[in-house]
Amino acid sequence: MQQVDLVIIGGGPAGLAAAVAAHEAGIRDIMILEREAVPGGILNQCIHNGFGLHSFHEELTGPEYAQRYIDQVQALQIPIHLGTMVLDITAGKEITAVNKSGVLQLQAKAVILAMGCRERPRGALNIPGFRPVGVYTAGTAQKYVNLNGFMPGKEVVILGSGDIGLIMARRMTLEGAKVRAVVELMPYSTGLKRNIVQCLDDYGIPLLLSHTVTEIRGKKRLEGVTISQVDDKRNPIPGTEETIPCDTLLLSVGLLPENELSKAAGVELSPVTGGAVVNESLETSVEGVFACGNVLHVHDLVDYVSEEAALAGRNAAEYILHGHANGEGIPVCTQGGVRYTVPFSVDPHKITDAATLRFRVDAVYRERYISVYLDGERVLHRKKRILTPGEMEEVKIKKDLFDTHPGVGTITVAIEEG
Amino acid sequence: MVYDVAIIGGGVIGSSIARELSRLKLHIVLLEKEPDVANGTSKANSGIVHGGHDCAPGTVKARFNVPGNAMFDTLSRELDFPFKRNGAWVIVSSETDIPRLEKLMEQGIANGMTGLSILNQDEIRRREPSIHRAAVAALDVPSSGIVCPYEMTIAYAENAAENGVEIRLNFKADTIAKRDGIFHIEGPAGSVDARILINAAGLYADTVNNMVSSEPFVITPKRGEYFLLDKTEGSLVSRTLFQLPDESGKGVLVTPTVDGNLLLGPNSRVTGDKEQTSTTREGLREVAEKALLNVEHVAMNKVITSFSGLRASTQTDDFIIGPSPDVENLINVAGIASPGLSSAPAIAVYVRDLVKTMTHAEENAAFQPVRSTFARFRHMTVEERRNAIAKNPDYGVIVCRCEQVTKAEVLAALRGPLHVHDVDAVKRRTRAGMGRCQGGFCMMRLPEIIAEELHIPLTGVTKSGEGTNLLMNQNKQNL
Amino acid sequence: MKQNLTCINCPSGCQLTVTLDDDRNIVSIEGNQCKLGETYARAEITNPTRTVTTTVRLLNAAIAQLPVKTSKPIPKDKIMECMRALKPVEISAPVTVGDVIVPHICGTDADIVATRSLQKITS
Repeated sequence: MQQVDLVIIGGGPAGLAAAVAAHEAGIRDIMILEREAVPGGILNQCIHNGFGLHSFHEELTGPEYAQRYIDQVQALQIPIHLGTMVLDITAGKEITAVNKSGVLQLQAKAVILAMGCRERPRGALNIPGFRPVGVYTAGTAQKYVNLNGFMPGKEVVILGSGDIGLIMARRMTLEGAKVRAVVELMPYSTGLKRNIVQCLDDYGIPLLLSHTVTEIRGKKRLEGVTISQVDDKRNPIPGTEETIPCDTLLLSVGLLPENELSKAAGVELSPVTGGAVVNESLETSVEGVFACGNVLHVHDLVDYVSEEAALAGRNAAEYILHGHANGEGIPVCTQGGVRYTVPFSVDPHKITDAATLRFRVDAVYRERYISVYLDGERVLHRKKRILTPGEMEEVKIKKDLFDTHPGVGTITVAIEEG
Repeated sequence: MVYDVAIIGGGVIGSSIARELSRLKLHIVLLEKEPDVANGTSKANSGIVHGGHDCAPGTVKARFNVPGNAMFDTLSRELDFPFKRNGAWVIVSSETDIPRLEKLMEQGIANGMTGLSILNQDEIRRREPSIHRAAVAALDVPSSGIVCPYEMTIAYAENAAENGVEIRLNFKADTIAKRDGIFHIEGPAGSVDARILINAAGLYADTVNNMVSSEPFVITPKRGEYFLLDKTEGSLVSRTLFQLPDESGKGVLVTPTVDGNLLLGPNSRVTGDKEQTSTTREGLREVAEKALLNVEHVAMNKVITSFSGLRASTQTDDFIIGPSPDVENLINVAGIASPGLSSAPAIAVYVRDLVKTMTHAEENAAFQPVRSTFARFRHMTVEERRNAIAKNPDYGVIVCRCEQVTKAEVLAALRGPLHVHDVDAVKRRTRAGMGRCQGGFCMMRLPEIIAEELHIPLTGVTKSGEGTNLLMNQNKQNL
Repeated sequence: MKQNLTCINCPSGCQLTVTLDDDRNIVSIEGNQCKLGETYARAEITNPTRTVTTTVRLLNAAIAQLPVKTSKPIPKDKIMECMRALKPVEISAPVTVGDVIVPHICGTDADIVATRSLQKITS
C-alpha cells in the first residue's frame, strides 16, 4: 500500500484550492484524484461568466476561473491523477481507486473530501407519465451543449428556476432552441435577479411561479408536459392543468452532495445539508478527514468554495504536521429561519483570526438582522435588506470575541426582526 | 427459405422457448418488434419467482409454476443471470384471516410445494424487524425467489443465438397468413415463412392468434405501477412480503431486488390501451399506501425511479398454452401474466417437447447450455480487478459511478450476440444508468462510447431504437 | 412613457419604473431602494449591453467545443446576430485563454475570445 501524506478526492475548484493551500502550508506529498479526463470539475461546463468577483475582482467564465487554480497546481507540481475513480475510503484513511493503469491502494495521513454534488433526477420527483427520450437534468443537457456541441431538442420546458435552470434557459435559446417556459414550484425563484433578467426577461421566456409539471407525455419521444398550479402546500390544484408541447424537459430541481464515499468512511452526515458535520477546521467526525466545497454544502459562489477549500487545506496540513490538538467544540445552534450553519461547532483555540460561519435561510426575509449570540449575549447584529434561500450568507466571529467570552456553551446564529 | 419454427415475441417466454428449441436440430427464427428482447412486460414486472401457492389446482398456471420455480438454481448458473432464493411471506393482520393462509398452504401442497409453514407473530417480528406491527401471522414460502427478469430474458436469448437461433429485432409482424401449410409472416422489415408458428407475442398474442384462427381470444392489458428505491433501502426486508391475494391479483408487495434495491408494487388497473406503460398519480399513490400494509415505514425520499408494466391477462385468468384448436402447427403461449416469469422455464420445456413430437427432430449435438456473460467489475475482488485492467485497460475506466460499470462492459454489451445499439439495451445488460443518479454521470459517456463503437455521429445514438435519438442537432443549427 | 425594469444588483430585485419623455430622455426613476438602482436603470435604458458567452466548434483537442466570450459587453440587440455570426466558426487546437477567435464581432468593438486553454492532440 502506497503511503501518501494528503489525498484530495476531486480535482474541481474545491480540490484544487485545497491542494494549493496545503502546499503553501508546507505539505509536499499530495495526490489529487480526479475521475474526469481533465481537472476543473463542474466549472468546465459552466461556460457563462460571473465567477471570481470576490476572489479576483473580475467576472470570469467557469473555465477561466478553473484555469487560475489549475495553473497554480501545475506550477507547484502537485500531481493530479486524472481518469481515476475512488471506489472506497475507510475510517482508517485507506483509499482504493481505479484507472486505466490499475488499482491504486493508498494509505493517507489526511484526506480532503471534495467530490462535489450531483443533480436530483426525475425519478426522485415521481412525475407520472411515460419515460420517453427528451427528459434530462439541466446539468446533463449543459454537458451535451457545452462539451459535445449538441442540442437535446428544439422546444424546451425547464422545471426549476434555480440558477442552473435559468442559465440553461438562456443557453438553449442562444443555440437556437425555443424555451417555452421555466416552471417553478415555489412562489419565488432561488436564482439570482441578474439571471432572471438576463436569462428570461431578455429572451421573453415566461417564468411560471407556483407551478409544477404533473405529467410527462409522449411514449418514445417527449411530446409535451402538463403543468398545474400548486397551492400553498405545493400540491397541484385540480382544474388548472395546461399542456405545453415540447420535445425537451430539463430538470433543475436540486443538488445533492455526493457523499457515498464519505458514508463508506463512517463520516457523520447532516440530514439538513446532506454533507458532513464538520468543526471550525472543516474536519469531519473521522479524524484527519476534512471536507469542503459542494460535497460539504451546496454553494452559490465558487469564490466561497475556494476560501472554504483553502481553510480545509491549511487545516489538513496542520493536522499532518502537528497532529490533533484536543479541544472542545462549542456547538452552533440556529434560530429564526436559519436552516443550518457550516461549521456545526467551533473550537476557539483553533481559530487564528476569525471563525467564518456560512448558512442559508429557509424562506425570503426582508428588513431583518443577522444576529450571533455567545450564550445569552448578542455579539453581532447586522442589518440585511433581504435574505433568500438562494443566497448563502456568512458571518465572521473574531477570535477576540471568544477571548473576552471564555467558557461559552452555545453559539447561536439567528435571524431577528429587531 | 422456410424456417422450421418461427417464434413471435422476444420476451422471457419467446426467448426461453427459443433456447429450449435450439436443443433440437431445427431452423428457428425469433421475431421481436422492438430493438431489443425484454422490451415489453418482461422488463417491467416484480421479478419474483413465485412459489406456486397462489394458483388454483388444475389450472395451467398451477401446472407450470412449481416446476418452473424449481429450475431456477440450475438455470441461473448455466445462463449466468442473477437469482436468489430469498423466500416470501404472505402476511395477515387479523387472526380471522389465518384460515385463509391455511387454505393457501393447502393449495400450495396440492400444487406440489414443500417447506410451507405458518409463522406466528413473535417469529415474524423477530425475523423481519421492519414488518408492519399489525401483522399477526405469515405463510412462509421458502421456495420463493427474486430474479432480474430482463437479464434472464437476455441470457436466454443470447444462449439461443449462440446455439443457432436467428434473432430478428425490429421485426414487427403486421400480417400472418397460412397458405399450403406454411405460415407467411410479413411486416415492414421483411417476410418470414415457417412451418410451425409459436405465438409468444405477449400483449398482442390475441392479434397474432386472431389473424389465423377462428377461435379468437382477447388479451386485456392490466397495468401495474412500481417504485424502485435506492440500494440503501435494499435491506429493509430480506424476504418478499405479500398481503393475501384478491381478485385483482397478488397485490402490492415489498421486496428486495436481486441487485440490492427495494421494490414496491404493483397495483392492478385495466387499461384500454396496450401501449399505456405510463405511471399515474393515482396509481403511484395507491402503491405507496398499500406498500405500508407490509412494512412499518418506507423511506419514500429514497425513491430513485418509478415505472409501470402491462400484464397480458385473459378472460379465464389462466395461461393459454398449447396447440391451437383449429390451426395446425400454431402453438399459443399466451396470456402469460403472473406467475409467467416463474413458469417460463417449465413452459419452454413443454413447448420444446411438443415441437419435438411434431417434427421428430433430432437432438442438436452441438448445443451449448452454458452461456457466460462478460465479467462485472463491481463483483470483482481487488486482485481480479487488477488482472482485468492489466488485460483490458477499459476495465479501469468507470462509466457509471453509481453501479460501478466500466467501459469494457459497455463495449462487451454492444458486441454481444444480439447486436444491440441503443442506450437502453446497454443499460439492461450492464446496469449503467440504473443507479441513484439515474444517468446523471454516465449519460454523456455512454452515448460517446456507443457512437465511437458503431462509427456513427453522436446524433445517431438512440435511447431505444428509431425515433428516440438523444441529441437532435448540432449547436446553432436552428439559428 | 414608462418602462419597467428589475434591478439586478442585489437579491432585493427592486422593480424600477423609468419615465421617459418623447425623446426617450429619462424624466424619473422610481422604485429603487439605493443609488445602484438608479445607475443600473440609466445604463439599461440608454444602452443595454450584455457579455455573451457561448462555445464554438473545436478540432484536434480533447473536447469538441471551445468556450468563448465577448471581450466586453455588446449591445443587447446584437446578441442573436452575434450567435448567427459564430455558426460557421471552427477552430483548431492549440488555443490559449484570451486568444482572439473573431475580432470585432458584428461590427462592435468587442472581440470573441477563448476562455479555455487546450492543447493539440493527435488522435
